[in-house]
Amino acid sequence: MTLRPQPRFPEPDTEPFWEATKERNLVYQTCDNPDCTDKLIFYPRAHCNSCGGLKTTWNTSKGEGVVYTYSVVMQSRHPAFKDLGPYAVAYVDLDEGFRMMTNVINVDNPIDDIQIGMKVKLVWQEQGEGEIALPMFEPA
Amino acid sequence: MAQTREAAIVGIHEYPLRVAPGVSALQIKAASASKALEDAGISWQDVDAVYDTGSHQNIGGLGISEYLGLNPRLIDNTSVGGTSYEFQAHHAATMIASGKANVALLTYGSTAHSDRRAIGTAGATGQGSPTPFNNMEDPWGMTLISGYGMVKARHMHQYGTTNEQFAEISVATRYHAMRNPEAVKAMTALEFVGVNEITTQDVLDSRMIAWPLHLLECCMVSDGGGAVVIASKEVAKNCKKSPVWIIGGAEATKYRENGGDITVSAGAQSGPRAFEDAGVSPNEIDVLMAYDSFSITVMCLIEDLGFCKKGEGGDYVSQGILKFDQKGGPALNTDGGGLSSNHPGERGIFLLLEATRQMRGESTSQVDGAKLAVAVGNGGQLGARHATSPTILAAD
Ligand SMILES: [Zn+2]
Repeated sequence: MTLRPQPRFPEPDTEPFWEATKERNLVYQTCDNPDCTDKLIFYPRAHCNSCGGLKTTWNTSKGEGVVYTYSVVMQSRHPAFKDLGPYAVAYVDLDEGFRMMTNVINVDNPIDDIQIGMKVKLVWQEQGEGEIALPMFEPA
Repeated sequence: MAQTREAAIVGIHEYPLRVAPGVSALQIKAASASKALEDAGISWQDVDAVYDTGSHQNIGGLGISEYLGLNPRLIDNTSVGGTSYEFQAHHAATMIASGKANVALLTYGSTAHSDRRAIGTAGATGQGSPTPFNNMEDPWGMTLISGYGMVKARHMHQYGTTNEQFAEISVATRYHAMRNPEAVKAMTALEFVGVNEITTQDVLDSRMIAWPLHLLECCMVSDGGGAVVIASKEVAKNCKKSPVWIIGGAEATKYRENGGDITVSAGAQSGPRAFEDAGVSPNEIDVLMAYDSFSITVMCLIEDLGFCKKGEGGDYVSQGILKFDQKGGPALNTDGGGLSSNHPGERGIFLLLEATRQMRGESTSQVDGAKLAVAVGNGGQLGARHATSPTILAAD
């Protein structure tokens, strides 16, 4: 089986996020600057993309959210995906306020069984021996 | 702001082949530059400003200047995906107006088709040095088309826009393509199933590539390229053809943001600024060249540039006004667009080329008495990070 494209390192902005996945934690950052008007930082960065501040705090998400939007890939030429059958790529809005790209899985028919606004919860999909498990979502 | 006429498009060329085996991207650029300068009646060595995206065989402004044999006093390597050429036209017009240059050359060349690049469906390559956003996107298998599919799905959910309405964009574009011999040759060379006019039902019946985007809502992958020559008003006076004035331009970016509205493109910022710069309003525009990577891109650009209210694009495109021989609004993508004429990866230059042909009265779907055109590009990925730049053109 061909592996999905893996996060690649060294890449110091996202490395703490992927380290946390080894403990099955989905993490996101908030800015420490009290004057910052938009403290949520995602995707991960060593700086705050709202105020430029350099002090951030890592937090763990409860892993609950809603589907903001999704698309169902019917044709992928990538070897890891081409034989999967239709699969859903989605943006999920976590209850903590950050939006992440992910897959919505564990549905029979992704086009009909997923809806925008649907509640979903975090599920970890194993990628094989020694590989990073991927955070995905399934109907809550 | 008062409208100024300091810089004009004076020479253009669209490379005719969409399947060009054995030719390099650099050769397409050089051949297009030669023909565009001939079209303008300007000699090769009069070029004093070179604009380049650096996306062709990894050669940027310095390398291309040497390759072409030019010694510019100004180089600009702006590279923001498919709309790079609108950004560059804006920069060139501004620099020419300030007296820093007289003749600017923009070139594009690509062999995306002959290289067998599966641009829309390949997914991540997992090559090159890692970036934060690659690491946070690649593992989930988003193809480029599904990225746009997510925007279309949200547009349908948020505003009730229907598949039939999106299909109107493909239908009008194909109508124009069938009148353009180069587009017909392109569709034939690329082995389109049915080189003919299409109906909304044809679009809905075409296979789903990434729900909710059907095949006939997606641009082709061709070879191709072109060139644009922009000159000062003093130089423009002595050119072979009437100048097409660059009267307005603006630029903006938009990202996937926490809590943001994915259906709103960067055009919502750059559109009003460009119209203000030009001193005209959307209801005066005769021709709209809107980047049709996918149907959803056009829908967002129509709304965000103010041709209708946000969310009402579905009704707008369904009222029978998009074709060149229909009244009630600007004609859309009169060359056949990326959907049906030419899309080698960065379509922005073709928007400028066809808008210029319309202002000269040279289009194969010529709008009667056309005086004002908008070429609006969209580069990057609409649902992730993109740039939008309108260039507003006026006939002499
Ligand atoms: Zn901050």
